[in-house]
Amino acid sequence: MFNINYTFHWNQAFRALPDMLEGALITLQIAVLSMLIGIVVGVLLALAKEARFAPLRWFANTWIEIARNTPALFQVYMIYFGIPAVLQLAASLFGIDFRALGINIFYLDSYWAVLVGIAFNNAGYLAETFRGGLRAVPPTQTRAARSLGFNAVDSFRLIVLPQMFRAVFHPMTNQMVWAILMTSIGIFVGLNTDLTGITQELNARTFRTFEFFALAAAIYYVIAKIVTGGARLIAWRLFRY
Amino acid sequence: MIEIEDVRKSFGSLEVLKGVSMTVETGEVVSVVGGSGSGKSTMLMCINGLEPIDSGRILVDGTEVHAPGTDLNKLRRNIGIVFQQWNAFPHLTVLENTTLALRKVLGKSKDEADAIAVKQLEHVGLGDKLKVYPSKLSGGQQQRMAIARALAMEPKYMLFDEVTSALDPQLVGEVLDTMRMLAKAGMTMIVVTHEMAFAREVSNRVAFFKDGLIHEIGPPAQIFESPERPETAAFLKSVL
Ligand SMILES: Nc1ncnc2c1ncn2[C@@H]1O[C@H](COP(=O)(O)OP(=O)(O)OP(=O)(O)O)[C@@H](O)[C@H]1O
Ligand SMILES: [Mg+2]
Repeated sequence: MFNINYTFHWNQAFRALPDMLEGALITLQIAVLSMLIGIVVGVLLALAKEARFAPLRWFANTWIEIARNTPALFQVYMIYFGIPAVLQLAASLFGIDFRALGINIFYLDSYWAVLVGIAFNNAGYLAETFRGGLRAVPPTQTRAARSLGFNAVDSFRLIVLPQMFRAVFHPMTNQMVWAILMTSIGIFVGLNTDLTGITQELNARTFRTFEFFALAAAIYYVIAKIVTGGARLIAWRLFRY
Repeated sequence: MIEIEDVRKSFGSLEVLKGVSMTVETGEVVSVVGGSGSGKSTMLMCINGLEPIDSGRILVDGTEVHAPGTDLNKLRRNIGIVFQQWNAFPHLTVLENTTLALRKVLGKSKDEADAIAVKQLEHVGLGDKLKVYPSKLSGGQQQRMAIARALAMEPKYMLFDEVTSALDPQLVGEVLDTMRMLAKAGMTMIVVTHEMAFAREVSNRVAFFKDGLIHEIGPPAQIFESPERPETAAFLKSVL
């Protein structure tokens, strides 16, 4: 039923602002960490997808396909419920006593589930982005590096990667914003310390649904804008050539 | 000394080198001339192991380039190579372009590397461009930077692959001058070029390449004035 007598009470919402900003910090932390992991794994997946060793290609393909073509929420679920299930299976198959190792296999912390889930998603998307970026670096650059005596790893790290990052900086920024917004699905695995989690708890306590979620949305918006603006500044500093 | 012995190489079904043999003595400048697609670039890339070969062998100071145990990264420090274009690393300044391998490959300190690089860059007339990115350089300046960058590694050999072909005519001279200087200083060089006058002037010997084979090799006077092979004469007639 519509509550037509709903009146706005912004004071209450604004009093909760410090708590919500604290939540925003957790949100940002998850997003940044999941991006860092996503970038490293994304580069490895992009390389694996071109590998000569077929199983490596299959592995990368599977990862990228799942990350890009299933809901991010399911990916977080799969990690939240899937990892304990796999561990239990391992325990029963191989007779490993996780409890003796101090690991509670029936429970995965929701913070880590969200972080790992979003990192999984980021890595899949970024891998495809990076593959495109690598193609934008002419093979002559590797040739020039190798002929100066750089080994394969250094040629890639010092010559190819920096040029690739320039080519993909804009889509990478988009992925970062996307990661920030994705953290809100943590609510489905009981994450209550991030911006959405805190907002939901305040809502449950006060029923000022509109005020709290409007304020949260505004905070998400500002963070996203700061990230995009910051990225533009970094790009300007980094890619002067 | 670089010894190329009966080297064959194919890309798929296309045989590009069909039994190339040639020896380059230390201190010698050998120019390689010949038509487009005859395999000149491929041969240079085989010499420093950038391309594998199918049969035959290449020895650099007695080390077999394509033997399984050969440390190619180490071998390549002795062989500088400059390509037709896209040599410069666009994300690094002229100075960084020149010092990167000194620091990461040879393990020199930043000060040491800077000193070596500045000396080489001044030598090729780029002393005032140290902090500039390659995109701000002319084609001729980029090629001179590539030469300085290779020389900074103190190679025993320098290979040039049509380094002036992509340049505007008015920029060709400055790059040839740099190579002339190097030849005079006694550098052992293999120069793939379309600049016949230059080949004639600086080379001890000129090799004529056609269809994956060296048809004739000898002193410039022989090649340019009294070629023994009709193919050589026909080629020279078409380019001179
Ligand atoms: N990586 C490659 N894969 C397949 N074919 C190649 C490759 N590199 C060169 N070729 C072919 O090998 C032949 C010889 O090429 P190469 O570049 O060595 O000739 P070139 O004598 O240097 O010619 P140019 O004067 O045009 O530079 C050409 O037909 C070329 O298309
Ligand atoms: Mg060529």
